[in-house]
Amino acid sequence: MPVRGKFDIDLKELQEKLLELGSFAETALSKSIEALETQNIEMALEIIDDDSNANLMYEDINDFAILLIAKQQPVAIDLRRIIVAIKIAANIERIADFAVNIAKSTIRIGSEPLVKPIVHIKEMHKITLEMLKLSLEAFNDEDIIKAKKLADMDDTVDDLYGQTIRDLMQINLQKPEYLPQILQLSFICRYLERAADHITNIAESILFLVKGRQYDLNK
Amino acid sequence: MNATMEKQRVRIVQGEEKQVEMENKNIVYKTDQLNLWYGENHALKNINLDIYENEVTAIIGPSGCGKSTYIKTLNRMIELVPGVKTSGEIAYRGRNIFDRSYGVEELRTKVGMVFQKPNPFPKSIYENVAYGPKIHGIRDKKILDQIVEKSLKGAAIWDEVKDRLHQNAYGLSGGQQQRLCIARCLAIEPDVILMDEPTSALDPISTLKVEELVQELKKEFSIIIVTHNMQQAARISDKTAFFLNGEVIEFTDTNKIFSTPSDKRTEDYITGRFG
Repeated sequence: MPVRGKFDIDLKELQEKLLELGSFAETALSKSIEALETQNIEMALEIIDDDSNANLMYEDINDFAILLIAKQQPVAIDLRRIIVAIKIAANIERIADFAVNIAKSTIRIGSEPLVKPIVHIKEMHKITLEMLKLSLEAFNDEDIIKAKKLADMDDTVDDLYGQTIRDLMQINLQKPEYLPQILQLSFICRYLERAADHITNIAESILFLVKGRQYDLNK
Repeated sequence: MNATMEKQRVRIVQGEEKQVEMENKNIVYKTDQLNLWYGENHALKNINLDIYENEVTAIIGPSGCGKSTYIKTLNRMIELVPGVKTSGEIAYRGRNIFDRSYGVEELRTKVGMVFQKPNPFPKSIYENVAYGPKIHGIRDKKILDQIVEKSLKGAAIWDEVKDRLHQNAYGLSGGQQQRLCIARCLAIEPDVILMDEPTSALDPISTLKVEELVQELKKEFSIIIVTHNMQQAARISDKTAFFLNGEVIEFTDTNKIFSTPSDKRTEDYITGRFG
């Protein structure tokens, strides 16, 4: 067995736990937009119920990481791997929370017909989901090229967000009776935009992991 | 200003050279192209190291890498080993310690050493500390009393032994004996303290006491410590040199070595992947 074989196995396990949480958040985010589009309240409730799993996974990652620090006294890249895992887990857990928020908005909109097709929201969601997948790949491969690409994708989401909010405000002028729904749709846009920001934070963590210095990709 | 006395330090903030700061610190030891052979065995290869005053410099590396050989060269203890040859230069305060005119006693008055295992003399605590000053001709009881008290206080052991100064030093615990040896070293008012794995025979609490002591001592002395305990090097030193197979692989700020070492071999060693 290599000198730190057990520690290497533990680090791998930490990485796998994180990817599992990431995969959970991916599914939750996908289902949240599907529930919105199909106005499926059952599905929305399911997302809310399932979120406790994300919280448990998040706590498990934290406990595992803290134990690794206490027992293995890591330095340099090993320490960064663990610190980064804690930070990324917090970001992913937050993204799962946004899926819950979207589900709650879906429930508030209820069965009222949608004021307009959610084309932009779906586009924002598509890019955010791609970002999440790419961020997990970048983390798994420790690939800084992929991580840097996430910053550009976040800019696209930001642009779409601005554009969608402007559209919704315009509709509000024409159909003020839909204000509660328009508000909920605006919130959903905001949740997606924030989710993309959290993914950009993940990208920063990956850069820190690989390069050992802090980067700000939100500039 | 003497070129060797001038030090330019570039402080790296988040990896970028955002702040360039000039510091003037004296070089205590300047090692220049040092090579050392035990017979045919080339134990130290082209060592270049600058040791600055009032800093703790840690030397780490796997067994047999030359770190103890290097530290023993700094006070010429290595000459006790038969068949040792050296080339290159070690300047202590600007003067080559290998010069024929340089008396080894003179050097060792300025450079104290603490060893792996505590080695008090089979004498009283008081006599252990007073031994060095007496050899240097101090006979006045009052002055000796003062030196003993100051040294024991300096080694953070005074409170534990002040009421039993005339008891045999062997009655002390291992940790206390090691601090007594440090006090003995301080009594001759050295400039540099060499420590060769000073805590490897101590329990964890005694180890932490010695580490705290090192932090205090560096205000007055320059300290060079060989340690197998990498966390110890990370905790107490300002600079760290990583030795491997008789070469210095990396020598830089301790913060840098333990966060983002430049050489893959250093990273593998400090993360425990080999050695």
